[in-house]
Amino acid sequence: MRIGTCVAAMAIALWGGGAFAQDSTAKAIQEYRDALQDGNPAELWEIKGEDLWKQPRGPNKVSLEKCDIGLGPGVVKGAYARLPKYFKDTDRVDDLESRLVHCMVSLQGMSRADATRRVFGGPGAAADMEALVAYVTSQSKGVKMNVAVGHPKEREAFEMGQKVFYYRGGPHDFACATCHGEDNKRIRLQDLPNLTNQKDAQRAYTTWPAYRVSQGELRSFQWRLYDCFRQQRFPELLYGSDLSVALTMFLARNANGAAYAGPAIKR
Amino acid sequence: MKKILIPAFMALMVFASFGAQAQTRSPVGAQVGDIEAMRELMRGFKPNGQAGLSRLVQDEAQQFCSDPGWTRDKARISAIEKQQLADVKFPADGKFLGNWQAGERVAQSGVGKQFSDNPGQPSGANCYACHQLTPQELSFGTIGPSLRNYGKTRGNTEAIQRYTYAKIYNSRAYSVCSNMPRFGHSDILTEQQIKDVVALLLDPESPVNK
Ligand code: HEC
Ligand code: HEC
Repeated sequence: MRIGTCVAAMAIALWGGGAFAQDSTAKAIQEYRDALQDGNPAELWEIKGEDLWKQPRGPNKVSLEKCDIGLGPGVVKGAYARLPKYFKDTDRVDDLESRLVHCMVSLQGMSRADATRRVFGGPGAAADMEALVAYVTSQSKGVKMNVAVGHPKEREAFEMGQKVFYYRGGPHDFACATCHGEDNKRIRLQDLPNLTNQKDAQRAYTTWPAYRVSQGELRSFQWRLYDCFRQQRFPELLYGSDLSVALTMFLARNANGAAYAGPAIKR
Repeated sequence: MKKILIPAFMALMVFASFGAQAQTRSPVGAQVGDIEAMRELMRGFKPNGQAGLSRLVQDEAQQFCSDPGWTRDKARISAIEKQQLADVKFPADGKFLGNWQAGERVAQSGVGKQFSDNPGQPSGANCYACHQLTPQELSFGTIGPSLRNYGKTRGNTEAIQRYTYAKIYNSRAYSVCSNMPRFGHSDILTEQQIKDVVALLLDPESPVNK
């Protein structure tokens, strides 16, 4: 079975412990990817997410199959490549994750607190949200990113996201731009994408969510933002906030034109 | 930093109660716009451990450097650099050089100030995140210039020691929008820790200069 091979290959990739140097890590991951071809462990999350999508859940005991994530109720194929976008019913811009929360609340009858209780998995305990995200994003594989800023609220979100990207603060004076504003930089041995350069922005955005080999977890894009803000020494990003949607809008829009390629596999 | 933060925070609160005005652009438009941005930031985060919302309040230098067009304002660049240099607290005992071995540990450690860090533990500086230093450490980043042979090429005069101490204490004193943290100014490192990394850079016995 493919997943079985995955786990074996992963064990090989991780052989030698956690402290291996970047060059050999990059090489090991490339070999690992080659060995797997289309057998990324992210599939486990995709399968579970599809199940969760179709299962009647919440106080209303209904599935998410009527959830409109942008292309009409229940349409999953290709939807992620157009997010974030403006939604008439809520009169706001949503990204995938804030929209999923909206559907859990409005369709399934969950409280917002219940819907967002565990949005990121921890060791040995995957989060349902990351599984749903893996399923929905997998249904846009190969679809060209096409994020619009036609609506005034979409334009506003993009501009706010851009502002946040350059916003320096905290005890270390960091902004996203400190670490992601120039070509070919690294922190220690980790390559940093220049998210203001189209090619890097496309490659970075279209490969999230990702299965992180070092964590044995599938990680959503919102987790990536949460964790970069932690390294930035900022307080904790509020999940689904206008600000996190705006930053996602800025990054997603900069990836326009590239084929979506997630969920991917990473270090 | 704390002294600057409190009035800035109060100014922010004043603006927050005049929401509509905060959106208008004026000759000091950049500043007013940034207060609007601060308010947006406040709504997008929650405090976690040592990382409270006051971290989102910018001082003048942070605000200035958040505008990608900052390079054009030559007058403010030199005014802010001057003010940042004046802020540097030099050691009372007049000694700049500590212990390079201790400095190497500070340069290696990346802990400190994240909400996931224990605020009771001393912070590191993670110089290696951005700089090459000793030839032994191959895992170094490239956000900053290589500091290999720093002391060998510049010498170990009092003037160089003083500059190096000040640079680490407040990088903006010499480069207003530097990507390097202000380790002394922002209470990341103690005076002793800064002396130790100065020794790592300048002590002839330090592997940086071998
Ligand atoms: C102090 C440094 C630092 C700051 C500040 C920072 N990041 Fe990162 N970021 C990293 C590092 C290091 C990685 C690579 C992690 C890895 O490879 O495991 C990364 C990875 C990423 C990635 C994934 C790239 C990829 O190709 O997989 C994205 C997207 C990203 N950051 C966005 C941001 C945004 C947006 C901000 C501001 C909110 C930000 N980062 C702030 C250090 C930082
Ligand atoms: C997040 C990145 C970052 C970190 C961490 C960092 N630096 Fe820097 N450093 C820079 C950058 C960028 C420059 C070049 C721009 C400037 O001069 O400010 C620089 C410049 C310097 C210079 C001036 C070099 C010269 O030619 O005069 C010294 C000295 C220095 N760093 C020492 C340190 C030491 C020591 C540490 C740790 C205590 C450290 N840096 C941590 C980014 C960093």
